[in-house]
Amino acid sequence: MSALSPAIFAPRSGPLSRAVDWVIRHPRMFVFLMVLPISLWLGIVYIGALIALLIQSFFSIDEYSGLIVHEFTLKTYAELFRSYNLDIIIRTVSMAAAVTLAAAVIAFPIAYFAARYARGKWKALFYIGVMLPLWSSYLVKVYAWKLVLAKEGILNWLFAKLHLTWALEAALALPVVGGNSLSVSYLGTFIVFVYIWLPYMIIPVQASLERVPAPLLEAAADLGATPAQSFRMVLFPLAMPGIVAGSIFTFSLTLGDYIIPQIIGSSRLFIGQAVYTQQGTAGNIPLAAAFTVVPIVIMGLYLWGARKMGAFDAL
Amino acid sequence: MDEVDLAIRDGEFFTMLGPSGSGKTTCLRLIAGFEQPTAGHIEIFGERADGVPPYLRNVNTVFQSYALFPHMNVLDNVAFGLRVKGVSRVERLKAAEEALAMVELAGYGSRRAGELSGGQRQRVALARALINKPRVLLLDEPLGALDLKLREQMQEELRKLQRALGLTFVFVTHDQEEALSMADRVAVFAEGRIQQVGSAEDIYRRPASRFVADFVGSSNVIPADFAGVGAAGQWASLRPEDITLDPAGREAVVTGRYFHGRVVKLALDVGGQALTALVAPRDDLPDAGRATRIAWDPARVHLMERGS
Repeated sequence: MSALSPAIFAPRSGPLSRAVDWVIRHPRMFVFLMVLPISLWLGIVYIGALIALLIQSFFSIDEYSGLIVHEFTLKTYAELFRSYNLDIIIRTVSMAAAVTLAAAVIAFPIAYFAARYARGKWKALFYIGVMLPLWSSYLVKVYAWKLVLAKEGILNWLFAKLHLTWALEAALALPVVGGNSLSVSYLGTFIVFVYIWLPYMIIPVQASLERVPAPLLEAAADLGATPAQSFRMVLFPLAMPGIVAGSIFTFSLTLGDYIIPQIIGSSRLFIGQAVYTQQGTAGNIPLAAAFTVVPIVIMGLYLWGARKMGAFDAL
Repeated sequence: MDEVDLAIRDGEFFTMLGPSGSGKTTCLRLIAGFEQPTAGHIEIFGERADGVPPYLRNVNTVFQSYALFPHMNVLDNVAFGLRVKGVSRVERLKAAEEALAMVELAGYGSRRAGELSGGQRQRVALARALINKPRVLLLDEPLGALDLKLREQMQEELRKLQRALGLTFVFVTHDQEEALSMADRVAVFAEGRIQQVGSAEDIYRRPASRFVADFVGSSNVIPADFAGVGAAGQWASLRPEDITLDPAGREAVVTGRYFHGRVVKLALDVGGQALTALVAPRDDLPDAGRATRIAWDPARVHLMERGS
């Protein structure tokens, strides 16, 4: 019989191997090294930049020289409440709320189908179908929509072919949201926003529905719950974390976007456009910063409210 | 599932026994209404049930995974059946408290399902299913996830509960001992068909087929002429515990000896026929590889009607 193999093998040589072996023996070091890059990113690049922005918003601009006055003041925030600026905020928040609501309503059945029924190649098709629009340029998609929604566009042609032009005209005749054509109305802005952000709602809702075990719905039906009751008392509360996660995306992306409303819609400004013009042509960095703080505050309030209402109970 | 013809009696403890994939769970799901038959029909207390959705059946289920709602506390879980019926909050919570007391979980109402042990979740699932006062309670391998001691205790409690309430229980299990000890009657399933329906003792003493004999109590399925009853070509069942060591018996070689505590399992070879015997532990049992002599009472051998 040949010699027995050793019970413990010789330590590895080479500085890298030895360093790895040492880290493996010290699990806390391992965790520390893992979280180090992300904490540096979050701590310095992300939070740091945010704090810098926040400080800027408490400065003001000298109306005559156009220079930034480096003194803490709430003057810039007071400017947000001028009716012109307040309109921008209300317009943007209403749009973000409408887009989020519509995205949730459209996403839910798609996500439910994917989570409950799609298997194998249907599931792959679902992922490709949802993700594919994200692979092409955002600008290309928005300009494509401009053509679709234009007065001479496909949508008008389709409505005409279906003898539904009257319905389109009725929608465009609505006050505020209507307009000359879809491509220059809030209605058009809304449609494009919903289209562009929809994947960000579908994916988290699908993930949350996937985690709901099928027997829970059977149990609800078994105990006498009608399909509507099962949805309201079991499925919806359990999908809530996913809907909230998705709405964080759709809501905050809409709050911050400055390209879609510029290409499609009326010429009235949204928060993103206001930030863009204030920090650019107007050179009013403090007001731009103050505008940027608005979505942050709104998202904070939104999450706090969602938590109060028990949206995260199922986590 | 194929050509299952089954009549369950009012107020009995009926067990459906079979290996996984034998169709017993599908049968239960058909009664609950989660699945619909492609042919044939189902009656519950004389009323046609096929095509009726689960929420219109006065039948409740205890799920294998318990299926407790994770976003509700225990009390709201138990009260769910009354909530969907529109019973007022005060009333349904009172009823839920009583149901929890019945399963000996009084005072656990404010906890989350995630904070309970497996046995406690099992009891919550039971209370939740019983609060609607169903006419039939379906139990889908409810004890599968529990450890042995707890399982035995729950078996006893379920049996007591069933007698006290006078309900029809339909209990699905793959554990033959559990099936035999609890049921008034047992249906043995295999490959989507019912192999045999009868009392526990009937099934054990007089298995109808080789499958039943082997699955229930791991019987020795042997040619009838070898067993000394009936003619060649027929099959007989000989229970391992009916084989005894007997100096005047047939010659056998011990091929394996396994100590199980209460009994010792002997693997035997009798002229090329493999047999299993269960004998009481003794100091002088033969080792593996040794010869011995065995015997059995031909009256204990059961001649089976069907070969397969």
